[in-house]
Amino acid sequence: MATNPEILSQLFDILKPFTKEGQRLREETKLVAELGLDSLQVMQVLLKIEDHFDISIPLNNLPTIQTVQELVHEIETLVKV
Amino acid sequence: MSLFEKFHRIQQIRQELLKTGVNPFHVTVEKVLSPTEAMINGQPTILVGTNNYLGLTFHPDCIKAGQNALAQEGTGTTGSRMANGSFLSHFELERAIAEFYELPHAIVFSTGYQANLGVLSALAGPGDVILLDGDSHASIYDGCRLGGAEIIRFKHNDVTDLEKRLRRLGEQSQKTLIVVEGIYSMLGDRAPLAEIVAIKKQFGATLVVDEAHSLGVLGPNGRGLVEEVGVEKEVDCIVGTFSKSLGSTGGFAVSYHPEFELIRYTSRPYIFTASSCPSVVATTKAALNIIQTHPQLREKLWDNANQLYEGLQKAGYLLGAEVGPIIAAMIPTKEMALSMWQGLLEQGIYVNLMIPPATPNGESLLRCSVSAAHTAEQLTHIGKTFSHLKEQYLPSTSVA
Repeated sequence: MATNPEILSQLFDILKPFTKEGQRLREETKLVAELGLDSLQVMQVLLKIEDHFDISIPLNNLPTIQTVQELVHEIETLVKV
Repeated sequence: MSLFEKFHRIQQIRQELLKTGVNPFHVTVEKVLSPTEAMINGQPTILVGTNNYLGLTFHPDCIKAGQNALAQEGTGTTGSRMANGSFLSHFELERAIAEFYELPHAIVFSTGYQANLGVLSALAGPGDVILLDGDSHASIYDGCRLGGAEIIRFKHNDVTDLEKRLRRLGEQSQKTLIVVEGIYSMLGDRAPLAEIVAIKKQFGATLVVDEAHSLGVLGPNGRGLVEEVGVEKEVDCIVGTFSKSLGSTGGFAVSYHPEFELIRYTSRPYIFTASSCPSVVATTKAALNIIQTHPQLREKLWDNANQLYEGLQKAGYLLGAEVGPIIAAMIPTKEMALSMWQGLLEQGIYVNLMIPPATPNGESLLRCSVSAAHTAEQLTHIGKTFSHLKEQYLPSTSVA
């Protein structure tokens, strides 16, 4: 499944403040393992994403979202709904 | 790698805690002396972290009712209500709770945890949506997961965020269960219930309120936040526990919906567990009667809550915003919170240590739960000890 470039670009902008110095975001970047986000930061990021795209990401779906790419696909699905 | 290796990290944390002298999550209460005192580490200790809000655990009426039930009905029911049958006392307790709330239907569960599991999993299943407050208790999260509904969090006590998320759901908002708590257990703050009820009605959603910490505490008759706000007939279901203000164990749910009784046939936490033992049912019923006939207990609880809140505030602690029986002092780091918790215990005061990730916003808390049974002297001693600890650990700073 191709990654929606528009959503990807907006997502990179949202995630940028949460990256470490010199860290480059890629589609394959792992959100928790590579960005080193704690549970509180994960929730902060999610709130920003939800408000930006006007969606609600169900908690049930979170275990399957590990990479930026998977997050883009989730957003794309919810935006379509 | 064995399945048990995942516990190594926990073992490491446990060892680190033990090196400090005591494990705050494994305290042994050696002997209970009264609703507000016990022997811990060999010394008399004031209990101000036990949620015994009305101090009923040693009330003579409750003790007598429990002893009679033990003698007449035995030590246990030895099975579930569905398979083994209900004792008459189970139905009598349900009737007493329904009458207390002036609602037609009540179901009793074996624990408060199971009450949330049983009700939430039965009400919202696959194809439904649950909107829960982000600071909800673990039993609410677990109950939501058990049912298989889609689970969405809204920002704690943020009515605008709740409304926004209901709007995003479109027509599905009518198949949405909103879950909030009367008083939240960590910081002691209350849900903005009048606004939440208005939004629930606007979108045609269903609302469950967990009154675990507000039963017997709020409202002119102790019926919780729903009574205090005057929305008892507009909340679809109220859930609560017997293990706090009623000094017993068990949980319940009440509702005006005629279909509510059918939860008994669909709720796995109701069906597949042993029912409450007779003595527990009897003490709960006696305590419920005391709540209704002794409003002065509630007044005393609030006097005590005001005294302790004022004492800790004067000492310079940053506290949860609302005065109430849960008073949480926010401490800058978890290491400092642990040291101060140990300092309190050494001075004969037991409070709850709350650290991330169990706490909202990553706070570290020293959480007190006030009882109507606390004496003014006990509360003064607690306030003074907190004050001394602040001088010791945080001289010349405000804890914030």
